[in-house]
Amino acid sequence: MIFTYYPGCTLRTKAKDLDRYARLSAEALGITLEEPENWQCCGGAYSNVNDEAATKLSAARVLNSAKELGRPLVTVCSACHNVIKQTNYDIQHNATLAYKVNNYLGLDPQYNGETTVYHYLEMLRDVVGFDKLAEKVVNPLKGKKIAAYYGCLLLRPSRALSMDDPENPTIMEDFIRAIGADPVIYSQRVECCGGYITLEDKAQASKRSSAVMTDAEENGAEMVVTACPLCLYNLKKNSGSQLPVVYITELLAEALGVKEESNE
Amino acid sequence: MSNIKDAVLNSYGKNVRKCMKCGKCSATCPSYDEMEYHPHQFVSMVEKGDIETLMKSESIFKCLTCYACVERCPRNVEPARVIEAVRFAQLRKQGNNHLIPDMIPDMLDEDLPQQAIVTAFRKYAK
Repeated sequence: MIFTYYPGCTLRTKAKDLDRYARLSAEALGITLEEPENWQCCGGAYSNVNDEAATKLSAARVLNSAKELGRPLVTVCSACHNVIKQTNYDIQHNATLAYKVNNYLGLDPQYNGETTVYHYLEMLRDVVGFDKLAEKVVNPLKGKKIAAYYGCLLLRPSRALSMDDPENPTIMEDFIRAIGADPVIYSQRVECCGGYITLEDKAQASKRSSAVMTDAEENGAEMVVTACPLCLYNLKKNSGSQLPVVYITELLAEALGVKEESNE
Repeated sequence: MSNIKDAVLNSYGKNVRKCMKCGKCSATCPSYDEMEYHPHQFVSMVEKGDIETLMKSESIFKCLTCYACVERCPRNVEPARVIEAVRFAQLRKQGNNHLIPDMIPDMLDEDLPQQAIVTAFRKYAK
């Protein structure tokens, strides 16, 4: 099975592990992730105003590429996923935006939101299946207490993201169970790490990320897992906590037994 | 469009008058303590047309766009969108960029993901 894959800017630079383990693990599960030609950075944040189209074009372009290739589009980074899903949703529901996007890109045939977008976790849940994934695990992370950190961008706004229940999600916990570990439930798992505020207000970023890490730690977590490079950065650099923070794909590669292999 | 209220409401694209003043947005906001004007105040001040006060406040740069207030608003007013519309009204004025490329080198460290920089430019500059 081949899916179109959008790594985004950070997976090519500071989050190479997130990308590498995503590809290796997908291969081990029978899925090849193929990048479309000439994709561009999504911009990292969706513009939540009604009168702006230009900042949504790079997401629209990759959505249309996936449509032309006739395959679903897979993302890993939470921010890319958020921007691409919201762009797709708004193209489907906002005729003015759809008109502007098609005008700018000169698309023929027009793009009207036809592409199915999967976050990597959704690909595991909805295409592979967590039960099938569990069968392929050769190195179960038995007894490991892992806190899933969703942050904000994977789940909200749920109208457009529609991945899971935005207040009580289970997809990452089910993933943690599938690789043989024990999920830790804590209230801060769906609250923000501080995001881009780290650039201009370290104190605020530190306040947010330490609230997340303290909550995870107090609930017995030995490790925190995330899909987002900026969450990983904030939780590691700004929280003051020593708890390890790792990418979902790294844990997956470890459980599937392809991590060491790739390091040899 | 010369009227700032019309411009902001057009950019926002929803109805601030649907707000029932429950305060859930500000109660759930992770930046509440850092803001001079809180999410519920953005909604009521925009409705009243008191927008330039908000544009001049640092509060427009404290919103993390985490969508907590968007998700939890029972009336679909979605305050983060009001804040974004006010921030854009400010940034779209000539010379008002809050972040410029020359500022970036001093902000870098070896682990900072590119995602932080591109996102900040989306939020702080036009």
